[in-house]
Amino acid sequence: MSSHCKGHPHILVKDIGVKMNEKVILKVENILKVYPNGIVANRNVNFEVFEGEIHALIGENGAGKSTLMKILFGIESPEEGRIILNGEEVKIENSKKAISLGIGMVHQHFMLVDSLTIAENIALGNEPKKRGFFIDKARMIKKAEEYAKKYNFKINITDKIEDVSVGVKQKTEILKALVRDVKLLILDEPTAVLTPQETKELFAELKTLKKQGHTIIFISHKLNEIMEICDRVTIMRHGTTVETCYIKDTNPQDISNKMVGREIVLHVDKGEVKRGEVCLEADNLVYVNSIGKKMLDGVSLKLRKGEILSVAGVEGNGQAELAAVLTGMKAPISGTLKIFGQEIKTFTPATLRRNRLTYIPEDRMRNGCAAKLAIVDNLFADKIDKYLIGNIFLNRKKMRKKAEDMVKDFSIKCGSINHQVQVLSGGNIQKVVAARELTEEARIIIAEQPTRGIDAGASELIRRKIVEYRDKGAAILLISADLNEVLELSDSAIVMHNGRVNAYFKDTSKLTEEELGYYMLGVKNQSKEEVNAIL
Amino acid sequence: MTQVFESVLSTSFLYSVIRVATPLILASMGAVITSNAGITNIGIEGVMLVSALTGVFASAFGFGPWFGLLISIITGILCSLVIGYVSMSLKADSVLTCIAFNTMAIGGTVYFMYAVTKDKGTTLALNSGKLPSVEIPLIKDIPVLGEILSNHNVVSYIALLMIFVVYILLYKTPMGLRIRSAGKAPNALSSVGVSLLKTRYIALGISGILGGMAGAFMSMGYVTWFSKNMTAGRGFIALAADAMGNSTPVGAALSSMLFAVAEALSYALQITTISPELVQMLPYLVTILGLVIYSVKRSSSNKKKREKLANQ
Amino acid sequence: MKKMGRMSVNRFNSWFEVLRFLIAIFIAFAISFIIMSFSTASPLAAIGNLFIGPLTSVRRFSTVLEMMIPLTFAGLAVNVMFKANQFNLAAEGSLFMGALTSAILAIYMPGPPKLVIIIAIIAAGIVGSLVCAIPGALKIKWNCSEMVVSLMLNYVVLYFGTYIFNQIARDPNSAYKASYKFRTGVGLSNIIPRTRLHSGIFIMVAFVILTYIFMYKTKWGYKLRMTGSNIHFSKCAGIVVSGVIMSSQLIGGFIAGVGGSTEMLGMYTRFQWSSLPGYGFDGVILTIIARENPAFVPVAAFFVAYLRIGADYMYKQSDVAAEIVSIIEGLVIVLVAATAFLSRFRHRMTTKVSKNLLEAGGAKQ
Repeated sequence: MSSHCKGHPHILVKDIGVKMNEKVILKVENILKVYPNGIVANRNVNFEVFEGEIHALIGENGAGKSTLMKILFGIESPEEGRIILNGEEVKIENSKKAISLGIGMVHQHFMLVDSLTIAENIALGNEPKKRGFFIDKARMIKKAEEYAKKYNFKINITDKIEDVSVGVKQKTEILKALVRDVKLLILDEPTAVLTPQETKELFAELKTLKKQGHTIIFISHKLNEIMEICDRVTIMRHGTTVETCYIKDTNPQDISNKMVGREIVLHVDKGEVKRGEVCLEADNLVYVNSIGKKMLDGVSLKLRKGEILSVAGVEGNGQAELAAVLTGMKAPISGTLKIFGQEIKTFTPATLRRNRLTYIPEDRMRNGCAAKLAIVDNLFADKIDKYLIGNIFLNRKKMRKKAEDMVKDFSIKCGSINHQVQVLSGGNIQKVVAARELTEEARIIIAEQPTRGIDAGASELIRRKIVEYRDKGAAILLISADLNEVLELSDSAIVMHNGRVNAYFKDTSKLTEEELGYYMLGVKNQSKEEVNAIL
Repeated sequence: MTQVFESVLSTSFLYSVIRVATPLILASMGAVITSNAGITNIGIEGVMLVSALTGVFASAFGFGPWFGLLISIITGILCSLVIGYVSMSLKADSVLTCIAFNTMAIGGTVYFMYAVTKDKGTTLALNSGKLPSVEIPLIKDIPVLGEILSNHNVVSYIALLMIFVVYILLYKTPMGLRIRSAGKAPNALSSVGVSLLKTRYIALGISGILGGMAGAFMSMGYVTWFSKNMTAGRGFIALAADAMGNSTPVGAALSSMLFAVAEALSYALQITTISPELVQMLPYLVTILGLVIYSVKRSSSNKKKREKLANQ
Repeated sequence: MKKMGRMSVNRFNSWFEVLRFLIAIFIAFAISFIIMSFSTASPLAAIGNLFIGPLTSVRRFSTVLEMMIPLTFAGLAVNVMFKANQFNLAAEGSLFMGALTSAILAIYMPGPPKLVIIIAIIAAGIVGSLVCAIPGALKIKWNCSEMVVSLMLNYVVLYFGTYIFNQIARDPNSAYKASYKFRTGVGLSNIIPRTRLHSGIFIMVAFVILTYIFMYKTKWGYKLRMTGSNIHFSKCAGIVVSGVIMSSQLIGGFIAGVGGSTEMLGMYTRFQWSSLPGYGFDGVILTIIARENPAFVPVAAFFVAYLRIGADYMYKQSDVAAEIVSIIEGLVIVLVAATAFLSRFRHRMTTKVSKNLLEAGGAKQ
């Protein structure tokens, strides 16, 4: 990341061009927000946004960015503080009020109805009527098309959301805000789910919006993107705003230091790879999802002891399904899976875990923890059978002792191991998941997006742990959309495109993000022989 | 056995199917609206029960059965909104809220019935009247069809009309679009500034209207009095019909009809030597079987679809 | 300092929970009092009778304990199923069938009475398990809603049970719908003279303890709570969730079946139920009042039984229909289950506590 952005900012600042008139459109003063569970999400939050700028908001996970934006969009209400819009103090009780004040928001998780069309999603809440009672479908479609044209969005208005790509979904979200005449648009980590190409497209669109007089608040973790597109940046740390500065007056290292309050190590030290026997062998796996789409179309791979094999790919190209099949969450329609030479007949997580395979799932709240139960209970969900007295009763003492060790080893920040998991921050929840799955017993570890959406400190720790267990002899399959992580951690890598493996790199040390990107988008494809070199 | 066949094939059998189906169709339409909005409303049972009682009271002490119907509908709306308030605004689990409400409805109706009539069984002592039956002009003269379709209680016709009304409401109006969004993606709705709460309240209100009418029919159409726990699980059956009909108005109506046929059949079979208990069991068994068949079909068609696509 | 902050907020929250519970009960009574004042001239006397009713004689007080027994079983049964996040309401049917099964065995089974009792109780449990297993199995196999199926199933069980009863156990010489008398000596013994309180209460206590141990001290309970808390995660962690769900239904059904049997053998000498006893829904009420903790279920059952007996007394003394208690019960459930009830007050207090800590320098992130 570092080298990539260090070179660019100076050129890019000039690119922004238009000199801002520096009229304050939004001012936030002394916001205090305490959640019902007692967590102080925002305190002493102060910042200003100028009209017509793209203003970045950056901070580690749990720094309070999302909460602040929810306050601005009326989803949460602050305990204290003032919001001044166009010179007047406003109370934003709900999203409707926010929209009427000209504030729009594109959430990180899309808020669209899958079973409806793009036009219907855009019209929702603002439906054109005929005869006073019925929906005027023709007018609804026409209006959506007009707006798509005005902002140069290339989408087919009558497609159903469930059939379109992530990029199109995001465009729909932006259009949803624009048809409501918003002046201030908040984008919450808009690029997290996009391909590099889609990101480029988005940035072009944002520049168009800016030219037409819209103000944009851009929340991101990705420094290089902020350097590229934004005019100013506000940095948040521990629920407080630290500083606002012009992009042209700062640099990535500086921002990153202010974010975490310490130097972050961008590289994980890792020794030479020592590959051993084949631990996991997949042959021609085919999986079809519930709406009939072939998500895995004959995937074969071999994973060896002591290596980290990365699976790169643009989201939705079958990596999630590969993880689901390899961990027994879903059964393939055809193909075989062998673990240490033994063929797996029944695809259930229980069978695979019995074969000493562990899994860090992508969706930690759904698949990674029971949020309402205690931390200690969560740490043993997969191995409770080893903590019993007389094979029936829980050995609480042994559990507590081991849990304390794990908490220390993974530096999980918690008041007590008896607290509910849900009171922890995202990064600490992920550490709980990692602590459970990265154990001595694990021979094969499937890590799916292990550091997504968590703060730098936790990411670093989890990455170090993954390398540590590789060195201890586990075979690790790392599924990640974060190219940085792929290049940093992996020994070998495969790329998935359209449900197939279209590239295999035995050695990733000389691989670049750009090169990987070509394969991820299917611009380049390796020959069958090259891909099969993994077998 | 021939007797049974004769009675099943008779026009009076089909006539009674419509009669039995009326409260079920109305209640299941209510269930369809709420489940589309993302609420499991087993409280419809209690709503029916309370409305049936208030209808009788209003009719007896007010201005007759039409006034009773109006009060039943208002009661239905109010009860549904109370359920909504507790489950949404006070954030209690919706199933628990409904169970609590049903408990209160069963006991509360008896309490008030006793307070007014000093009778814990029925309101026979009150002269509450009956909603009129209607002859349909042209249809009544058609030989067989006329006997089946004409001369039903006015609420039965309203029930049939409601299938159509609910269909239009759900699929052709802005409110329907919002209700369906509230069920499928509540976040999408709030993200465009439409209040999820308000939409769900409206859905509950509409289901209250339908449940209220169903209750009014029970005590002022089906019979002419209120009796303790007279809905006897019809609200639950309506919920089953909604599940079986995949929350579509037409599907739920057909499922309600299926149940009505089974129930009417149980009356028809009573002239035979088959035990009355087994016959009474029939409609409930049919509902379970219907639910199972529906679920089996759904899961196997999904599987087939996937296999077909996989082999392409 | 950090630890202190967490502790205070936590302590405040648990203190608040107790307060909220008491306020809920108070409001429920207050509303019922207002309702009563419309139908009786002396509501104060009526509610007074409601409170003192069970204490007016040993006999009445023992009735509370007698009623508490089946309620506790129903509460435990529903608790085990709810903990696995299964809204299976077939405990009702299980209790009914359990009672019928043990009644039939008590009439026909030869052998020493003690043995007959034991076998009757176990058989009732097994039959109860089978009833609750049906919605569970349909849920696991084809994803049918266990709630809807169990609601329908209760009626099927009622009519099917009545059919069996009519076929093999009904006494044609009885003036009302009742079975033959149980064999002499087959019945749970009386423990307090001149009352009907029977030794079933010991079985009840044993089941409360066993259920508590099962839930919090054994691997099965651990897996059950895990599955109930987050089924996706549990599946992912290698727990065989369908097995856990199924066994929770079997255990819940077993407890309900035993409850039916205890009630039948303790309180009756012949089977005479012609409608569903309503314990299934009672079980839901109890498990909620007990805050889903099996150890509190008997306390909740005592509370509910006390109210019902008190209401009965009130009906006789003040001519206010006893059914008013169902309104009280409903209101308590609603207010206890309503997480947002008093939440604004709680939030204000939490904010204050947290802010004080912030000012004291113990910021919590």
